Amino acid sequence: MLRTASVAAALLLVLAGCSSDPDDETLTVFAAASLKGTFTELADQFENDHPGVTVELSFAGSSDLVAQIQNGAPADVLAAADTTTMDQAGDLVVDPVDFATNVLQIATPPDDPAGVTSLQDLARPGTQVVVCAPAVPCGSATVALEKAAGVDLRPVSEEQSVTDVLNKVISGEADAGLVYVTDVRSAGDAVRGVELPESSQVVNTYPIATVADSPQAGLAQKFVDLVTDPTGQAVLADAGFGAPPS
Amino acid sequence: MTLPRWVLAPAALGALLVLLPLAAMIGRVDWADFWTLVSSDSSREALVLSLRTSAAATLACVVLGVPMALVLARTEFPGQTVLRSLVLLPLVLPPVVGGIALLYTFGRRGLLGGTFEALGVQIAFSTTAVVLAQTFVALPFLVLSLEGTLRSADPRHETVAATLGAGPTTVLRRVTLPLVLPGLASATILSFARALGEFGATLTFAGSLQGTTRTLPLEIYLQRETDPDAAVALSLVLVVVAVVVIALVRRPRGGAL
Repeated sequence: MLRTASVAAALLLVLAGCSSDPDDETLTVFAAASLKGTFTELADQFENDHPGVTVELSFAGSSDLVAQIQNGAPADVLAAADTTTMDQAGDLVVDPVDFATNVLQIATPPDDPAGVTSLQDLARPGTQVVVCAPAVPCGSATVALEKAAGVDLRPVSEEQSVTDVLNKVISGEADAGLVYVTDVRSAGDAVRGVELPESSQVVNTYPIATVADSPQAGLAQKFVDLVTDPTGQAVLADAGFGAPPS
Repeated sequence: MTLPRWVLAPAALGALLVLLPLAAMIGRVDWADFWTLVSSDSSREALVLSLRTSAAATLACVVLGVPMALVLARTEFPGQTVLRSLVLLPLVLPPVVGGIALLYTFGRRGLLGGTFEALGVQIAFSTTAVVLAQTFVALPFLVLSLEGTLRSADPRHETVAATLGAGPTTVLRRVTLPLVLPGLASATILSFARALGEFGATLTFAGSLQGTTRTLPLEIYLQRETDPDAAVALSLVLVVVAVVVIALVRRPRGGAL
């Protein structure tokens, strides 16, 4: 019943999109929340390169996006924050390719109240550390990082998303949080980042793919190409993303 | 009175809007593994924490809300209408906004954060923060509901008691409160239900840690990430608790709602 309803809603959306103007095309891109800055920029560029095309961006947690596509949401492209989540999409996507990597970093308030310089400092009693819950991708990366570094953190909170962790640090509620290097970069002066030598052992890979049911597979593939070609790679590198594994 | 027939169609549609999603969710429950899913450590701790914090928040609502309702219903002072609207604001505020407001009040760098820290009390990431968030959102329910009951109660009983020589406290204790007791009971249960469902303010203000701040709604939201079956099973638990609470509200006669 629910599925029928969402398919009907999707059809309505598609019909509404078609009826406006036959020359106008809308490309719907579902992307992980951490790609907001870079993909917004790349979508603008794509619209400039392809007059008449509008790129609709939808940002959310990767598993939310996959769940939406499984329930019939009309997406043309999916960019996920980790390969596990992309794997969950299965046959709904076509040939995922890796396009970026991301590593964890410590974020502290600018005045660094707890004097944090290493992962070991976070394990000191009394340091209020916030991390992602192990159930979400940034949390599983955190668990792997703790293991790699031989550190056992006692966080005061395990948040739902990396944004929640960052907000707890920005507001000064937490002394430190583990977030992605790109989050530290985009937060600007609001937080101070501490690089972790151990982070190279826990690298998160971002895959992108066209959606199998996309009615405009050609255009979708062009967007994927933009992300993976040097232009897209330069925008991603500016935001702090690493190059995809070769 | 006899209702015009055309009222029935939208009424049925409205009922369907509420009931259909519930039925759809129950249809998705994995009954074979239901007990395993709801009796995991994290689920049990979340349920116990939810019941504990909601009980504490309800107590706080009664202690603070009954006097508030009395002041609003039985006194008159300039600016009362404005004050009433402001106090009831959490009722219409998105809970996440409440969470942000609480953060800037009781957070470590908030208005009162320094004061609490000096007293050796840390509210951030503690169970106290959960209770504060729940009280914040549930208090207006109690005040609004009880104020309505107080206003509809006949004030002549109070006047008579006073003329017979009873002091204000005696009138309140022996006349007013017994008179509105059914209304107070349903108002209390309503605020408990609101506290139990609290999500946004808790997530924003208190954080999420098993056994300390991760209440049942937060646990459901997190489980959805990896184990949708567990999330559905826990949702059903919350629905059952809510239905029991509603049944309790409906029972006392003369309740406010």
